[in-house]
Amino acid sequence: MDGLRLELAHPLRSFRLELALEVSGEAVAIAGPSGAGKTSVLRTVAGLLRPERGRVALNGQVWLDTGNGVDVPPEERSVGYVFQDYALFPHLTVAENVGFAGRELVGALLERFGISHLARARPGELSGGERQRVALARALARRPKVLLLDEPTAALDAHTRAAVRLELRDLLHEVGIPTLLVTHDFEDAAALATRVGVLVDGRLVQLGEPGELVRAPADPFVASFTGGNLLPGAARPGELGLTEVVLEAGGIVYSTDEAAGRVGAVVQPWDVSVAREAPADSALNHVTAPITALVPAGNRVRVRVGPVTAEVTAASAERLGLRLGEVVVASFKATATRLVPLA
Amino acid sequence: MRRWFDACLWVACAVTLVFLVLPLAAIFLRISPVELLRQLGDEAAVDALLVSLETSAIAHVFILVVGTPAAYLLATRSFRGRAWILTLIELPLVLPPAVAGLALLATFGQRGLLGGTLDALGITISFTQAAVVIAVILVASPFYLRQAIASFEAVDPDLPAASRTLGIGPFGTFRRVVLPLARGGLGAGSTLAFARGLGEFGATIMFAGSLQGVTQTLPLMIYAQLDRDFDVALAVGALLVLVSLLILLLAKVSRSWTGSVSSLLIRSARSASS
Repeated sequence: MDGLRLELAHPLRSFRLELALEVSGEAVAIAGPSGAGKTSVLRTVAGLLRPERGRVALNGQVWLDTGNGVDVPPEERSVGYVFQDYALFPHLTVAENVGFAGRELVGALLERFGISHLARARPGELSGGERQRVALARALARRPKVLLLDEPTAALDAHTRAAVRLELRDLLHEVGIPTLLVTHDFEDAAALATRVGVLVDGRLVQLGEPGELVRAPADPFVASFTGGNLLPGAARPGELGLTEVVLEAGGIVYSTDEAAGRVGAVVQPWDVSVAREAPADSALNHVTAPITALVPAGNRVRVRVGPVTAEVTAASAERLGLRLGEVVVASFKATATRLVPLA
Repeated sequence: MRRWFDACLWVACAVTLVFLVLPLAAIFLRISPVELLRQLGDEAAVDALLVSLETSAIAHVFILVVGTPAAYLLATRSFRGRAWILTLIELPLVLPPAVAGLALLATFGQRGLLGGTLDALGITISFTQAAVVIAVILVASPFYLRQAIASFEAVDPDLPAASRTLGIGPFGTFRRVVLPLARGGLGAGSTLAFARGLGEFGATIMFAGSLQGVTQTLPLMIYAQLDRDFDVALAVGALLVLVSLLILLLAKVSRSWTGSVSSLLIRSARSASS
């Protein structure tokens, strides 16, 4: 039995956390809104939280089995834990932090993370990105068999985040041990993990590759989490085998998915095109509304048309001369429109 | 209108200061410093100084050795009755010293709760030096416990958690992470408790009496000397004023040491969010 196997049930404030997960030599992200119980999962693996019921085993070695009264204390499990705010020891230097468990690897790790020049500095003197590297180096100093990362980029500013994300991806590839990371940022999850589990109110609503979550969200939260549009409405069978959704915001959209009752029509921003007039093409769905937001993102522009967000190239936005308040038509195909049931 | 108000504030402040400082100054102004020093050589004064130092030191060791782990438990675990324990711990702070003395007699005195048991074992506590130590522990320990609990509570619980995941057991974590981070507050609490113990009077005189060279501490000696030799009392008083001032300064210094660490943390948190 290779890798980390985890089962747990634990009451949290307003719901029960219940999940089962297997992680082999890969990185799995647990994503979800704050307060969904993500950190409790990491703390259970590390031995910092004893759940009501649970079982944690690594490579067949049992760390926790509440049924049989097994609960190995944290210091005897082999985890590298990077806390959300890094939890560096403020009274120790960088080198002392990294070497807290043993001095053997300190030099090599400081070198690996490019922080040798900071060896004598205290955590209070470091930038956010530097502190993250110290925390990673410290977590790896004991040659852990599992790596746990709690919101690894949340404490960083947007500028540092992109760079750190790439570094982290290389690192996870390099260490190749089962890694469980918690994030509320889909871009983090997609960049760092081979599989993403979406945790909502204590339950895994979907577990799959990042692309799967985007293409076929199982749940409205998954859809909005991956950045897709979510248009609530009532579904009923329509003409030509299509499903017709009468939107709560007004208007009708068509989908090739079958559904009935209250649903959310999900469409990804890059599947939505923007034009001055309804185009005579294969797209069945048209939303005519004024532009309420224009947000450049690199070589793309996110255009908010009524309830729908479209993503177009900066060049197209320029050519169309898009301006705030102008009425335009957002179009998308019925085949690109997913339907997810709404409560 | 505003000037009037301002003037009132200054006058109130001046009155307060005169009221607090004048009596202390009077101790030093009545006789010359040289005379003060000479009076300290008095046999009763030397005896009292030795008794005070010995009993305070023993009591303080007890307070630190037992109080520190107790405070750590109370600061980091939640269990039923914890709030009651915290309140009970603070009770001696507001308890009249005479009641504390009475309570000790009722516990350890010959006709007290444990009196019979102790008697059977051939142990007498009241009116011995052990009684002084017990009285000092009772009245001084809450000063340390309160501050120690607050200092331990102020340590971010993720820090000991991080230490545990790094392979360090509970005791090693306490020694290497928690104690250094709480050190400033513990130092401040420790000095305040020591000062309170050194000045202890009411409970001691009831429970331990005032036997020169045995249970007569500096404050008891001042009281005993009032009728006999006022100048000796003054000299000992002056000594205690200086010691108190020194302790207060020490407490401030150790607290500001903690302050400098926490301000460092705040600064780093700011730089992280900027």
